Amino acid sequence: MSTARHSTTRSLAAHGVLILYTVIALFPVFVIVVNSFKSRRAIFADPLALPTSETFDMVGYQTVLKQGDFLLYFQNSMIVTVASLFFVLLFGAMAAFALSEYRFRGNLLMGLYLALGIMIPIRLGTVAILQIMVASGLVNTLTALILVYTAQGLPLAVFILSEFMRGVSDDLKNAGRIDGLSEYTIFLRLVLPLVRPAMATVAVFTMIPIWNDLWFPLILAPSEATKTITLGSQVFIGQFVTNWNAVLAALGLAIVPVLVLYLIFSRQLIRGITAGAVK
Amino acid sequence: MAQRKPFRWHIAVFLAPAVLVYTAIMIVPLIGTLNLSLFNLTEAGERVFVGLRNFATLFGDPRWSESFWNALANNGWFFLVHMLVQNPVGVMLAALLSSPRLRMAAFYRTAIFIPTILSFVIVGFVWKLILSPIWGIAPGMLDAVGLKALFAPWLGREEYALTTLALISVWQFVGIPMMLIYAALLSIPDEVIEAAEMDGVTGWSQFRKIKLPLILPSIGIISILTFVGNFNAFDLIYVSQGALAGPNFSTDILGTFLYRTFFGFQLQLGDPHMGATIATAMFGIILVGVCVYLFAIQTRLRRYQF
Repeated sequence: MSTARHSTTRSLAAHGVLILYTVIALFPVFVIVVNSFKSRRAIFADPLALPTSETFDMVGYQTVLKQGDFLLYFQNSMIVTVASLFFVLLFGAMAAFALSEYRFRGNLLMGLYLALGIMIPIRLGTVAILQIMVASGLVNTLTALILVYTAQGLPLAVFILSEFMRGVSDDLKNAGRIDGLSEYTIFLRLVLPLVRPAMATVAVFTMIPIWNDLWFPLILAPSEATKTITLGSQVFIGQFVTNWNAVLAALGLAIVPVLVLYLIFSRQLIRGITAGAVK
Repeated sequence: MAQRKPFRWHIAVFLAPAVLVYTAIMIVPLIGTLNLSLFNLTEAGERVFVGLRNFATLFGDPRWSESFWNALANNGWFFLVHMLVQNPVGVMLAALLSSPRLRMAAFYRTAIFIPTILSFVIVGFVWKLILSPIWGIAPGMLDAVGLKALFAPWLGREEYALTTLALISVWQFVGIPMMLIYAALLSIPDEVIEAAEMDGVTGWSQFRKIKLPLILPSIGIISILTFVGNFNAFDLIYVSQGALAGPNFSTDILGTFLYRTFFGFQLQLGDPHMGATIATAMFGIILVGVCVYLFAIQTRLRRYQF
């Protein structure tokens, strides 16, 4: 009985800490969202108050939707993010499997070579990347962005996934080999499902910098037809810097899509965890 | 004579796509940049090979070296704040989240990760608003609990600005260590935990003696990722303090220093050669850190297979 009471106290304390941190994490988002629905005067008078029937005002959102082509920007961001993510996960997992599973000459060297990319920001090579894209006629296409982001995401994906794949039981893979499975089947059928939680984690970490990147869209694909949502809202903030209603509304809109993407993967993460693992 | 082992094609097939894309889009352009650091322009505007003379200028010429060491020291402090605040908080949150039968764990995990998915544009803008002495959510809140005297324009004071930005960055990124540690904690088999419970090892001592050794490799990864991320950082300082990293360069880190040199600002013209030199120096610093991790730390970590 004393253990039961003890664990209740402990779980209350755990909830207390987590709720406190949740409030800290969400407070600034709350500030943006709440104020984006208020009239200009109310934003300044009482920034923390919820919008009431008197102070409620959608003028910010109206300005944003009238001005920018947000739906197209959103679609561009989605295409770039999802396609890059797919290639990063597929190529990254394949390379990670080769590095963690096989002993071959140059294994350590190859691992270090691929890990180099974690250390150096790909931005340092921007000038040369731009030259390559101009030469191949890919400027102002989404393909250029997808290529750059795939290269950018691969090193971290390989690093994390090979770390996780080293923990996959050798007995399982050898059992598969004895049963006559090819190396490709072992990778696809045995190892990939087991590292699904790690894949979801890599997906979340790869997706965020891609979605939020400002640099490469600005340099490689600034045309109206290929603008991403981050570039779109940045340009918008630049133009409307004193129109706080519009800026807050634009920021609010920029949060929504990435939040949805994150929620999708976060569910996959849980599914991977509950379904996977060696039983 | 022993026969040579046949070439294992599947290894090449597994490696090829990643290595090709990575080499063409990342390594080749980067080598171009490193190469650039060995050249400079003559008076006549011709590009000539100068060897390591750019590095001599960067470390020796007081006009350059002062900014460089200032940026490096600031960057060191930026990293230290992350190691001391972000990673312990991340591990603690993950440990709490992974406790069995915790209700609403998914909600907490999602909520705490939300700052990490926001772009720097949003984060910089909203914290400037909150900490602004004029619009003033922060002074108002401190006033409400009677601590108004504690308020200072943190982002505007030389002595506080860097620490404030580091803490904003911690606020934004604490979700990353939390998620990685959380995944590592969940992958510990129930049998191990049950065995510990049978032996009466629970609570804090269970965490310290059973779980902590099992998640040490993940903590190692997180530390090196934090190191690399911090020494590449640029965006947050840029969006909140501008390329000049004010006040009076007190928030200048290597990333902003590189940006100013490479692209120029106000009256100074961009200098791709010195920019490439700084980039190469950053590359060297990070390389040393990563080698220390790979050879001195990672090889000593024990891995457990289940």
